[in-house]
Amino acid sequence: MSRCSDKIGRVKSLGIDIGSRFIKAVLLEGKEVIDIRQVETSFDPLERCKRLLEEAAADSVVATGYGRHLLEVHTDIKTITEIKAFAKGARAMFPLCRTIIDVGGQDIKVISLDESGKVKKFEMNDKCAAGTGKFVEIMARALGYSIEDFGLAPLKIGPELQISSMCTVFAESEVISLIARGAEREDIALALHRSVTNRVLSMARRVPVEEDVVFAGGCARNGLLKKLLEAGLGKKVSVAERPEITGALGAALYPITG
Amino acid sequence: MNGKDYTKMWEGLGLNVENHAGLLSVLSGAYKDIYLSQKNRPRAMEYFDFVVSEVHGLRIEEIIDVKEAGRKVVGTFCVYVPEEIVLAADGVCIGLCAGAEVGSEEAEKFIPRNTCALIKGFMGFKLSGLCPYVETTDLIVGETTCDGKKKAYESLNEITQKVYVMEIPNMKTDEDKKLWLSEVKKFGDKIEALSGKKLTVDALKKGASIVNEKRKALQRLSRLRASDPAPISGLDALLVNQVSFYDDPLRFTAMTNKLCDELSERVAEGTGVADKGAPRILISGSPMAIPNWKLHAIIEGSGAVAVGEESCIGERNHRDLLDENFNSVDEAMEKIATRYLGIDCACFTPNTERLGNIKGLVKSLSADGIIHYSLQFCTPYMMEAYKVEKAVTEVPFMRIETDYSMEDFGQLKTRVEAFVEMLG
Repeated sequence: MSRCSDKIGRVKSLGIDIGSRFIKAVLLEGKEVIDIRQVETSFDPLERCKRLLEEAAADSVVATGYGRHLLEVHTDIKTITEIKAFAKGARAMFPLCRTIIDVGGQDIKVISLDESGKVKKFEMNDKCAAGTGKFVEIMARALGYSIEDFGLAPLKIGPELQISSMCTVFAESEVISLIARGAEREDIALALHRSVTNRVLSMARRVPVEEDVVFAGGCARNGLLKKLLEAGLGKKVSVAERPEITGALGAALYPITG
Repeated sequence: MNGKDYTKMWEGLGLNVENHAGLLSVLSGAYKDIYLSQKNRPRAMEYFDFVVSEVHGLRIEEIIDVKEAGRKVVGTFCVYVPEEIVLAADGVCIGLCAGAEVGSEEAEKFIPRNTCALIKGFMGFKLSGLCPYVETTDLIVGETTCDGKKKAYESLNEITQKVYVMEIPNMKTDEDKKLWLSEVKKFGDKIEALSGKKLTVDALKKGASIVNEKRKALQRLSRLRASDPAPISGLDALLVNQVSFYDDPLRFTAMTNKLCDELSERVAEGTGVADKGAPRILISGSPMAIPNWKLHAIIEGSGAVAVGEESCIGERNHRDLLDENFNSVDEAMEKIATRYLGIDCACFTPNTERLGNIKGLVKSLSADGIIHYSLQFCTPYMMEAYKVEKAVTEVPFMRIETDYSMEDFGQLKTRVEAFVEMLG
C-alpha cells in the first residue's frame, strides 16, 4: 500500500539491519534521516522487526544483516547483503570511502570499493567467533569492564603482554591465567585489543586497502581499536558519529540510489 | 522410491539397518528440499531422481546380481583409478560413499578430528555400517594422492582387509611416468588375478570405448552449460556427474545423452533455468561427492547459476579421452598411463596445467566469476587457491574453505550473495 501519494518526493524508506546482537533501523524521508532505532536482537527478532516496521510506516523497506532472510521468508521484503549495505552506508557518510572495516557481532569484514563505490573485493571470517564483536564483549566482561569503557581502559602503554590465542574460549583462559600471574588489568585489555586488531589486519592484507578507510559498525565506537588499526594500517581511519547504523542506512538508501 | 523393501538385503550386507533408515530419510528430505523444489527442470532429470531414490536400493540389488554371476566389484575413491581396466575384466567400478558427515565419532577412533570431510566421510560410512557399496566390493582401490588418504587407507585396510593402493607420483618427470606406467600394469595384474580373466586387447578396447562414451556424454553436458540462459541448473549437472561414479556406465551414457538432447532443444529455443544474463559461476577445487550439494544450493539460491565444476567430480573426470588406437596390451597400458597422468590434481608439483585449464573454462563457459572451493584440511587445494587467484585475473574470485556441516551455512550464504551482488 502506498502512503506517498500526497507527498511526492518525500518518500519514506526504512533500512533494517538484523545483526546477531542488535537490530538497527534507519528511516529516511527523501534522503534525510528522520529516525534511528536500535533494539537487542533477542530470542524473537521477527516480533521486534514487525514492531519497527509498524512504527515506521515506510513506503519501502529493505532488510540486511545476518537475520535478513527471516524477513524475506515471512514477508515480501527485499534483502541485500550487509556487504552491499555497508558499502552504500559508508559512502553516504564518507563520500570518498574506498575501504570499510566492520567488526560485527559474529563476523569481521574488510570491504574494498572502487572509485564509484561499487564493491571490488571483500574478506570475511568463517564460522569461528575469533576476534569478532562477541569476542570483544566476552573479554570486556572477563576483565570487569563495561563494553563502553573497555576501549578507554589502557591509558598508559605498559609492558607488552601477548594473547596468542584468537579462539574466544582459549583466549578467555589465557586472560584468567594472566590475572592469576598478577598482570595489570589495563595491560591485559590492551593485549586483547591488539589481538583483535591483528585479526582484522591479517584480513585487510588480502584486499587492497585504499583511503579513505572507514571503521563502521558498533565496535568502531571503541577508540582504542581505531587507534591500533590506524597504527597497523599506517593510514587515517574515519569513524562516523553513529557507526552502528551504517548497514541500516545503506539498506534504506538502496531503493533510492539503486 | 519404488516402494520395495530392501531391509533383508541391507541386513545381509551387514549394514546398521536402523541408522541406515535414518540416513535415507535425511537424504530424501534434503533431496526434496534442494532438488525437487527447483523450477523448470529438464524432464530427463526424472531418471536421475529415480537413481538417487534407489541409490542404496535397486542399484545395490543389481550389483549383488552381478556378483552372483561371478563378476567382481571394485570400489574407488579417485579419478586416477583406470576404470577401463576393471571393465576389461568384466568388473563393475563404483565410487564409494564419502560425501556426507556420517559416523565421525567412529572415524575419529582411527583418524584425527582435523581431517578433511571426504576422508572422514569414507571412514565414517564404512565404520558405521551405512555404505552398502563398500560391503559389496571385492577390492577397494586407494591411491597416494594426499597424505590424509594415504594414511587413512592403512586403517581402512585393517578394517576391511581388501584395500589395494596405487602409487601416484608427486611429479610428472620421465621417471615418474615410468613409475606410473608400472603401477598401471601392476593394477592390471591385480585385476586379472582378482577376476581370473585375462586382459586382452579386445577386452581393453571394449572397456575403453564404454568409458570414453561416458566421458563424451559428460563433455557434451559440460558444453551445453556454456549457453546463456543456462539450460540446466548447476545442481542438476553436478548430480549427473556424481551419479556417473556409481551407475551402470552404458545406461548412464544413454540417459545422459537423452538429457543432452533435451538441453539442445532448450538451447535452440533460447530457454533455460535462469534468466538470460544471470550471473554465471565456475566452481573450482575439491571434489563434491554425493550428497554434497551445499555450495551449489547456496549459489543457486542466491540468483546465480553454477555453470561448471573444475573438479574431480566434473571436468577432471571427463575432460580427456583415452586414445583407443592401440594394438597390444602393452600399448593399451601405455595409453592408459598417459591419459591418467594428464589429470591436473593439486597433489602434483608443479601443477601449472590446472591454471591454464581454469582460464580455458572461464572463457568457454562464459563464467562471470570463480568460487574456489576447498574442503577444510584439503591442503593441496587450499594451497592452490592462492595460485588460482593470482593467475586467473579475468573475472572476480572468491575463496571458500568449508566442510559438510551446516554450521557455516549463514556465513557462506552472506559471502556468496555478496559475491553475486558484485557480479550483477
